[in-house]
Amino acid sequence: MSICTTCPYCGVGCGIKTDGITLQGDKQHPANAGRLCVKGSSVLETLGDQDRLLQPEVNGQVVPWDRALDEVADRFRRIVDEHGPDAVAFYVSGQLLTEDYYVANKLMKGFIGSANIDTNSRLCMSSAVVAHKRAFGEDVVPGCYEDLELADLVILTGSNTAWAHPIVYQRIAAAKQARPDMKVVVIDPRRTATCDLADLHLAIRPGQDVPLFNGLLTWLDDHNALDQDYIDAHTEGFDSTLHTARKQGNDWHALAEQMGVSQVDLTTFYHWFSACERTVTVFSQGVNQARNGSDQGNAIINAHLATGRVGKPGASPFSITGQPNAMGGREVGGLANQLAVHLDIDNPEHHAAVADFWQTETLATENGLTAVDLFNAVESGQVKAVWIMATNPVDSLPEADRVRHALMACDTVVVSDCVASGDTLACADIRLPALGWGEKSGMVTNSERCVSRQRPFVKAPGDAKADWWIVTEVARRMGYDYAFPYQHEHEIFAEYSALTALAGRFGKRLDMTAAAGLSADQYEQWQPQQWPLQGNPRCFADGHFATPNGRGRFVACENPKVRKIGDAFPIILNSGRIRDQWHTMTRTGRAGRLFAHLSEPFAALHPEDIERYRLKEGGFVRLSSKVGDALVRVTSDTGQRPGTAFMPMHWTDQFSRRARVDALVPARLDPHSGQPAFKHTPVNVSDWQPRWHGWLFTVAPAPAVEYWARVPVDAFLQTGQVQRYRLAGDADLTEQQLHDWMPEAAQWLALNDPASGHFRRAALDSEGRLLAWLAIGEELPLCDVEWLANCFADEAETQHLALLAGQPVDAGPDLGPVICSCFQVPQKTIEAAVEAGADSVEAIGKGCQAGTNCGSCIPELRGLLETCSV
Amino acid sequence: MKRLVVIGNGMAACRLLEELTHLAPDLYQITVVGEEPFAGYNRVMLSPLLCGGTDEKTITTYPHQWYRERSIRLITGSPVVEIHRHRRQVITAAGHVLEYDRLLLATGAAPRQLPVDGVALKGVMSFRDLHDVRTLLSLPAARVVVVGGGFLGLEAADALVKLGHDVTLVHSRGHLLNQQLDETAGHRLQQDLEARGLKFVMQARTQSIEDNGHGGVAAVHLGDGQRLPADYVVQAVGIVPRAELAARAGLTVNQGIRVDDTLQTFDPAIYAIGECVEHRQRTFGLVAPLYEQASVCASHLAELGHRRYLYADSATRLKISGIDLVSFGDFSGEGDTLQLALPGGYRRLQIRDNRIIGMVLYGDVAEAPFYETLWRNCTDISAMRATLLLGEAFCNLPGNGGNTQEEIAA
Repeated sequence: MSICTTCPYCGVGCGIKTDGITLQGDKQHPANAGRLCVKGSSVLETLGDQDRLLQPEVNGQVVPWDRALDEVADRFRRIVDEHGPDAVAFYVSGQLLTEDYYVANKLMKGFIGSANIDTNSRLCMSSAVVAHKRAFGEDVVPGCYEDLELADLVILTGSNTAWAHPIVYQRIAAAKQARPDMKVVVIDPRRTATCDLADLHLAIRPGQDVPLFNGLLTWLDDHNALDQDYIDAHTEGFDSTLHTARKQGNDWHALAEQMGVSQVDLTTFYHWFSACERTVTVFSQGVNQARNGSDQGNAIINAHLATGRVGKPGASPFSITGQPNAMGGREVGGLANQLAVHLDIDNPEHHAAVADFWQTETLATENGLTAVDLFNAVESGQVKAVWIMATNPVDSLPEADRVRHALMACDTVVVSDCVASGDTLACADIRLPALGWGEKSGMVTNSERCVSRQRPFVKAPGDAKADWWIVTEVARRMGYDYAFPYQHEHEIFAEYSALTALAGRFGKRLDMTAAAGLSADQYEQWQPQQWPLQGNPRCFADGHFATPNGRGRFVACENPKVRKIGDAFPIILNSGRIRDQWHTMTRTGRAGRLFAHLSEPFAALHPEDIERYRLKEGGFVRLSSKVGDALVRVTSDTGQRPGTAFMPMHWTDQFSRRARVDALVPARLDPHSGQPAFKHTPVNVSDWQPRWHGWLFTVAPAPAVEYWARVPVDAFLQTGQVQRYRLAGDADLTEQQLHDWMPEAAQWLALNDPASGHFRRAALDSEGRLLAWLAIGEELPLCDVEWLANCFADEAETQHLALLAGQPVDAGPDLGPVICSCFQVPQKTIEAAVEAGADSVEAIGKGCQAGTNCGSCIPELRGLLETCSV
Repeated sequence: MKRLVVIGNGMAACRLLEELTHLAPDLYQITVVGEEPFAGYNRVMLSPLLCGGTDEKTITTYPHQWYRERSIRLITGSPVVEIHRHRRQVITAAGHVLEYDRLLLATGAAPRQLPVDGVALKGVMSFRDLHDVRTLLSLPAARVVVVGGGFLGLEAADALVKLGHDVTLVHSRGHLLNQQLDETAGHRLQQDLEARGLKFVMQARTQSIEDNGHGGVAAVHLGDGQRLPADYVVQAVGIVPRAELAARAGLTVNQGIRVDDTLQTFDPAIYAIGECVEHRQRTFGLVAPLYEQASVCASHLAELGHRRYLYADSATRLKISGIDLVSFGDFSGEGDTLQLALPGGYRRLQIRDNRIIGMVLYGDVAEAPFYETLWRNCTDISAMRATLLLGEAFCNLPGNGGNTQEEIAA
């Protein structure tokens, strides 16, 4: 039976229809209307019990749930009692469902009494949250996806939409195909796949967004393109904002030069913006993840406020979220500087209302620690217990190595996750098995405020439990059973929906109250709906905002200080997503197919830089920043601006030796949002030349060599899933090492050429099935990795030489058995000689050498002479 | 017609006769004197014969009829006792006096005798000719010690195991077939043969053979004091060219009968080929060079002589108990060693200056012609070195041999 659910990946929030065996896009879902990207289409391949966390563990020991929950509750209770509520923290995730998020937020802020709950949304969206709150008085995305299709101009800035939000991209592409007049502008220092759709690509220098949009404001003013009536009627702060914007002047030539684009391109963009009433500006991590990310967001919104293009059909600023439920988390209040339902901790009225609703006297009174500060506090010992849910801060936070050390030294680290191994899990004292996608049940909100169900369709593996259940059980054990009576997720959703009445009371747009009395059955039947429920799909269309005076606010954005690029770190490193991977690969990393696009961690550089820094395309580059280093492959990309590099954010220590981009990123934050500047890391690059290269297929963990990158193979042996490793090293290898990398085996295939450093090994079981495969060479040994992967999956025995070669060979026609062993002449060749006229043994010998050495085969040759001449 | 007398009726002689009668069918009146009482048979097939893989009729590659068809007179079972070079006569033990214009010596070689006490005992045998095979086939189930881990010793031992004897092979070196195989292949061969029931004592020197008191064998004593109880001993410690007759006739004999590049001896009327000769300080034991000598010599006897015999180092091709072995060149350790080990075979190539200089194939010998061609042609193998051991098919695959760097987008 098919169910309707929502994709677990990006913030587009596409609907999926599946019976657990096949999967399609949900045609009824408003986000995607049946479309799915490659990640969404392959999500079933990421399911399965392999490498799942199945039982709770305390200090490495498997324990029953009761014991684990008691342990968490006791430790948190003890630390709160001894050191106060701010000595504990939750670090949660946009992967959690709204119900999970809600109970976690309620427990920490409402009952433990600290606002030390922050989320990985801090890393992707918090600057947009600040921009929204500053401009609109509430964290609201005013527009909806339909606006992308209604717009005459779509500006994509700081967003590789084609890869990071493929269905949004497809919707824009389809609209543009239907209306070729529609214009698309991409603003990105890189020429990405998204630029394929662009009428204009503004490859501005990194960090030039504020000057670009300040320039736009000036241009609009210079060209009488402002909506002065709107500005007067519905906004405030315009004059000072324009004044600030005008500080850089209106010498478009000089400004274009400063931004690194041509004057024609710059003014074309300004011209299009002023001319197109229906303009949507989509902005994402490229805008948010900067030291002035909040200002960059407001600079965009300023231009929309100045033209009255907010919340109108086809006209709005549009922040696109990265995660499936970042929006849901923001709604319930899962950030350390939010209370709940878009209300503020430091607002006494908000505080009193929420305390009353929750019937608590311990509601947090001050903002808590935001992500980076939270882990700094873990490092300093100020926070002594941290509970991490469904996220991987050891990989995703800046100065990631420091985060790891902090966690290793922390008194109590609890990690709830659905996978068994991960860089953060490795730091955990207590591991709690959570449900994964396809098992869990709840709500998510996508980038256009559409609330959809994630529905379960497979049984939970082992003892895995819903996150809300785990938090609820801990809350009860901490003594708050009266406030956490939940038996089913729908009760939580109903309570949260009821709470949004307070948002309405304080003039906020968030409104879920229609779902407050929801029955379990109605919850089950829930169809995707945008909030405000039963309201307009767009917000602020009437020019009335959620600010105290109802006016939209311009925010004066100073241009960022120009930082000189030093010789020590001459390259600006950008980071981001690639098409087929998601976050830290805990799910997409399970599907071998998703590595077919890009199989190894890499740094993309412009060919000029590759030459300048004496790197080699396809070679290896060591990147170093002030805080860390990485070793990845070199990709040449003319789409990079010279002086910049790009590294994917996905690779962790689970997938490569040293490719965590965030180990390089210093913790430099936006002062308003606390969001780290992931897109702007000064690094240096140097060539690394391995002395040997290799491939290793095995179920075992990676060997300890300088470079390795793992790809899962769709083949399972008794001992586990086969993994493919690309290896490289600069230390001499010993035969003993090669031996140690391979498992016990009944049969061996081996090739040794020590003088040229070429070694191959295949380990087979007694029935000839492949168990492991290794090839090492001074250059990468030739093999067909896809064919080899099939050899592992295949039950049939493969020819040994082909196996060792790692590639199939055309066996050629069957020439029958070898008759003359001296010259290896097969029967068919001899028969051919006879048919060609050889009438004696000697003549056969002249024709094909057979029988001319030892003569042992002459009787057989005579026999063939007789049979063939008959 | 001229008269040609051939002394010896082994494989070299028969091959020469075949070529000569083809080249010059009417030039000579030919007489062949064979010591053994048989027509021409394939000595290589004695091992299969010993283990029942074939029969005497099948291995008789040159039956009496073959001689008759070519008007060759064949005298068997009567060895030549004397050559009168001045009279150009050959005299047999049975009293034949054969005149010749041209004489060909193809007297072959004799098994080397162990220089130890007891070698003359009844029950100490060799494995050289059809007679030996018949003797070995007639033995009752017994304990047999085979001395010598060369080709013949292994063939005999393996066959005797198959015949149901309790066989121990004693070899003086560390690995079997130390002339033809490297250590790895030699050890592998030993393991494979042990799996078939053959026992080995390696690095053992035979000290003496113990008399059982009735003129038969009781045991073999080894240099390290070990005593191997035995009923029979088969010695297979190499061969010695049979050159006494030639020496008595005043021909130049060193290790064997000295011949020049036309296979002519000191006496221009007398030629010699096969295991009995010494050519450029070299003696012979494998069939391939013998055939080449026969061919060159035949062309000279046919008076079409312009060819010269020059020793070409050829591959040694052996089959032991169904296991194929091929080796050539120098694989003692000079240059780079490349090895490939599979359950079904072993390959070793020795490379110097990007050329193959030696090879050992064990088990799977399908690629022998490929490597041999590269070796003979001194082909530069650097472009295919990575796949060379895998065989010709892998060296011809597109992309192989080039420096293809893989894409990250694999």
